[in-house]
Amino acid sequence: MTTQTRTQTRTGIRTTTGIQPVSAARRAKDRLVQALVYLAFALAVIPLLSVLWLVVKNGIGRFDLEFLTHSMRNIGARDAGGGAYHAIIGTLEQVLLASLIAVPIGLLTAIYLVEYGEGGRLSRIISFFVDVMTGVPSVVSGLFILAFWILVLGMPFSGFAGALALSILMMPVVVRSAEEMLRLVPRELREASYALGVPKWRTIVKVVLPTAFTGIVTGVMLAVARVAGETAPLLLTVFITDSINNNPFDGPQMGLPLYVFDQAGRPTDTAINRAWTGALTLILIVMLLNLVARLITWWRSPARRR
Amino acid sequence: MRRSAFRRSRGDGPFRFASTGAGIVLLAIMAAIGVFLVVKAVPALQANTSHFLTELTWQPNATEPVFGIGALAFGTVLSSLLALVIATPVAVGVALFISHYAPRRLASVLGYVVDLLAAVPSVVYGLWGVAFLVPFMLGPSKFLNEYLGWIPLFGGDTVVGKSMLTASLVLAIMILPIIAAISREVFLQAPKSQEEAALALGATRWEMIRMAVLPFGRPGVISAAMLGLGRAMGETIAVALIFPATFKISFQILGPYGNSIAANIANGFGEATEVGRGALIASGLVLFLITLLVNMAARFVIARRKEYARAAA
Repeated sequence: MTTQTRTQTRTGIRTTTGIQPVSAARRAKDRLVQALVYLAFALAVIPLLSVLWLVVKNGIGRFDLEFLTHSMRNIGARDAGGGAYHAIIGTLEQVLLASLIAVPIGLLTAIYLVEYGEGGRLSRIISFFVDVMTGVPSVVSGLFILAFWILVLGMPFSGFAGALALSILMMPVVVRSAEEMLRLVPRELREASYALGVPKWRTIVKVVLPTAFTGIVTGVMLAVARVAGETAPLLLTVFITDSINNNPFDGPQMGLPLYVFDQAGRPTDTAINRAWTGALTLILIVMLLNLVARLITWWRSPARRR
Repeated sequence: MRRSAFRRSRGDGPFRFASTGAGIVLLAIMAAIGVFLVVKAVPALQANTSHFLTELTWQPNATEPVFGIGALAFGTVLSSLLALVIATPVAVGVALFISHYAPRRLASVLGYVVDLLAAVPSVVYGLWGVAFLVPFMLGPSKFLNEYLGWIPLFGGDTVVGKSMLTASLVLAIMILPIIAAISREVFLQAPKSQEEAALALGATRWEMIRMAVLPFGRPGVISAAMLGLGRAMGETIAVALIFPATFKISFQILGPYGNSIAANIANGFGEATEVGRGALIASGLVLFLITLLVNMAARFVIARRKEYARAAA
């Protein structure tokens, strides 16, 4: 097939004195590929629509005040009612703690790579392992915290242990996005600051970081959105509880993804419905974070400022 | 030197130290992951009464623990490869659609729609898989079994919805946006001059893509697929809900078989004893090493072409 098309093209050029219309076979092939490409896009969008539609359809029924304000304490799989208040609290605390750990480390690493690394050996090694770290499966980060924090150090299952596991997943994402934003800061800004006698660290804090600020915030929000939906690391570090536990430093907590997993594993309709509503709540939170991040980017994009 | 003048300034030393330190903390975490997984895996491996790499069953909680990675590793590799085979062609099509076919104004919006697929949490895919896809797949699976049953992959006497095929399909949906996003970036970077030259010589759009875009993008698509493979192997919760959790090596992807390392960790953790937890950690170590290798290989392919570096970030 390949050679055939090629010779056609060649003879087409050789014999033309003017412009010759594209032969029917070539046009048919072009159309066929176009149809396949459109079909591929449709195939990719169908599952997304199906997931969103079913989550909204099945989740909206229980998306009520009771769901948002009650826990699952003393509520069996068959019982109606119950809610995800304990899971929502847990998720918010765990994600907040994870961000408090991952953002400073990630941001400082990005600053090192852009401002201090100077393309040296250490910076190349760190850069490579940041990439590799992006590929660490979430369940492995959970196992690591289980082995290190809970089994070796003897700490209890807690929201904080979950936050540690989530922070490992967040760090590379924060590093990469912050690095990209820092590199976008024009060299002239730094040089102008140096010329005024401002030391390098003051230049970074007062000139480079404020310039890149919105971009960094966007990256952090996308990272938060990514880990907010993680289940596996929480399962191994936070464990599962049906009661409200506001203290993330002691005892098992719940998280929204865990809640969905837990309820989905119970074989009754009331539990499955709770799982759908939990999924709806989770998707709303994640999509909201994504949307806010995109809005910030759009708000500050150069195209809009023009 | 100018640079040394900066270094002498008060405050610069600590700041430099902190940012270098953060980078080293990152390296230390990666090393610690390996070290602590080994530390907690070894006692369980010593208690094992069978050979860890070849044994199929998983009974680490018994008084005489018997467990091995055999069936789990097989399931992990088979399901991920199936997912890759399903997802890659679609993802390349999606990437071409957004980079070369969709109307310019719509392209970025449609790209965002595909990115949304990646934003859906994996547990939601799991719930969707169990509640919708598993019953839904029973029909098509029976059809495949009846008419294509002579292919060993689709053979077997029992056909169920909770099968390797369904799990692979969910994995494919989950890795599609990653492969599509990287491929799209790479296709967009194809040299405009060559595309225009091809068109100017009278090539149709497809001929232009085949001559100017695909050859340029091939290494990028390969590494994107490998990153997707790594992601599929580590995916846990979605497949934990779908896999029937058997410990059997079977190529019959429509039958009631299938499990993976990650799914087994999620499903087995609740009732695991001390040896059981160690055994799960040992299996996690194997998963860590496999994904590490796959990811490093992918990064290596990308790093060879500098212009791709941004696309994969």
